[in-house]
Amino acid sequence: MSQKRTLAQKIIAKAAGCEDVKPGEILVCKVDLAMAHDSSGPRRWRPRLEELGTGLWDPDKVVIVSDHYVPAVDAESASILKLTREFARDYGVKHFYDMRGICHAILPEYGHLRPGLFVAGGDSHTPMAGAFGCYAAGYGATDMTAIAATGETWVMVPETIRVDIDGRLGDGVAAKDVMLSLCRDLGMDNNFRAVEYGGGAVAAMSMSERMVLSNMAAELGAETGLIAPDETTLAHIRAAGGVVEPDALQWRSDEGADYCKSYHLDANELSPQIAAPHSPANAASVAVHAGTPVDQCYIGACVGAKLEDLQMAARVLKGRKVADGTRLLVAPSSAKTTEAAAKDGTLSVLTEAGAVIMPSGCGACAGMGAGLLAAGETCLSSTNRNFKGRMGHKEANVYLGSPYSVAAAAVAGVIADPREMLAGAKEAA
Amino acid sequence: MEGAGRAWVFGDNIDTDVLAPGFLMKLPAEELAKHCLEAVDPDFARNVAPGDVVVGGENFGLGSSREQAAISLKVLGVRAVLAKSFARIFYRNAINIGLPALFFPDVDEITAGDRIVVDAGAGRIVNGVTDKTYSVAPIPDHLMHVIAAGGLMPHLKTRFATQCSEA
Ligand code: SF4
Repeated sequence: MSQKRTLAQKIIAKAAGCEDVKPGEILVCKVDLAMAHDSSGPRRWRPRLEELGTGLWDPDKVVIVSDHYVPAVDAESASILKLTREFARDYGVKHFYDMRGICHAILPEYGHLRPGLFVAGGDSHTPMAGAFGCYAAGYGATDMTAIAATGETWVMVPETIRVDIDGRLGDGVAAKDVMLSLCRDLGMDNNFRAVEYGGGAVAAMSMSERMVLSNMAAELGAETGLIAPDETTLAHIRAAGGVVEPDALQWRSDEGADYCKSYHLDANELSPQIAAPHSPANAASVAVHAGTPVDQCYIGACVGAKLEDLQMAARVLKGRKVADGTRLLVAPSSAKTTEAAAKDGTLSVLTEAGAVIMPSGCGACAGMGAGLLAAGETCLSSTNRNFKGRMGHKEANVYLGSPYSVAAAAVAGVIADPREMLAGAKEAA
Repeated sequence: MEGAGRAWVFGDNIDTDVLAPGFLMKLPAEELAKHCLEAVDPDFARNVAPGDVVVGGENFGLGSSREQAAISLKVLGVRAVLAKSFARIFYRNAINIGLPALFFPDVDEITAGDRIVVDAGAGRIVNGVTDKTYSVAPIPDHLMHVIAAGGLMPHLKTRFATQCSEA
């Protein structure tokens, strides 16, 4: 009889071509999809592939996205982007997205994801694809070159941590708040483990919100952050023009599968969370930091500038203005996000409030684009990391919060509870 | 004792910025390595000798995916890294460049300067000063092959070369 397996084990078993897999054992897996961006990909791959004297194992299974250095801010970044274009051309990569958005947003937008895939990405937030029931993990440059050349990589079969989020998130509380509280409560040292999210609150979440949970599995230190597919997942894949296989819903953990840890979080009790400098694990309820003055508010990154994130901000900002002495920058996660936000009126709510709309890309999140901070400045950001020096000067202070919280701080000029503003907006309506 | 190196002992959460400072990342590997761990021990890079062993606590190598964190240790001649736990990308990067990384729960029993012998394939660690022998999970065969080849790139090179001559 076959063992009871977690979703992570099932995908690894399929990728490794074996039936039963045991946590801790090392297996060689076939990769279904390899993703790289302009910073980690072609410029690192090309010299190594040339040294090996080989090409890509399967150009159709490779996705390349220029998102870190876009648009070029100097000759050096321009030449990295040029080299990336040339690589895509020379190595026959059809799935090349040049300045269309952030790589983790691109994969689901263009229908590249479906349940059961083994996805390897040259970026630490690759786990975001786990929201679609993929085993998706991030790798360094040498690992990714080997994957690009062979289509294979080794995996130490991880144990799985099950996180159940029960109840319902209150208005003005988002998946981002869940993740900041988990960084604090589960710690950031869950290496070589997979995280699997479930429970009523997750089932009720949109794909945009589920992607936040999976994205920030990276901050937990996990291999990947999985969510079993359901009808919400499949509808999203179909709408993006992706493939839904008849057995898509079988990609879930067996009843009674072995988890190394089980954690419950009551969504009803959760308040908006703010992570203080310089770690996502420094999270506390917004009340703890309320009143802290902010110079900049930033809505950006794969995790925090999707259409729904912009809509959250717009709900707070509607009919309000960004406070004097505070600036609000918004870098939509992709070209499609910008387009949709322009169509449904979200963008005009933001700009009427005084927001500055920035190019789609990693921007200030990676410390490479526009929107960086000076020494002594404070920023509240909807991104996922606030390590020292990541967003400009090492003496800058970056706090993390949900798009609701970032918008509320922009209006108040200080960190503030977005629920009060949302309640106010409802009364006025 | 033959094959012994001195232990350099560090605490928990040694991050990739401490191992390979971000603002120096444009330097060549040899230059960058001179700044390895200087934030916690300014003398480390100058005094570490080939064959020495770096000992860390929990979550060694957390932070970015930069390979230079492991490469710096290797450039300085470090023979192995022992830690209670490793950040997964650092662990993979270390193996990929041919630097053995072993999970070692008893790091607290190692004192700076102890003479340490590491047999990564057998999972054996000997402290020549306390005369204690530890057995830990060996580095799996699959990964030992990579380490023995000098890292993943040389390993792949043989693989592609073999494929060509077979064809
Ligand atoms: S937006 Fe930030 S977290 Fe996301 S891929 Fe870009 S740099 Fe990484």
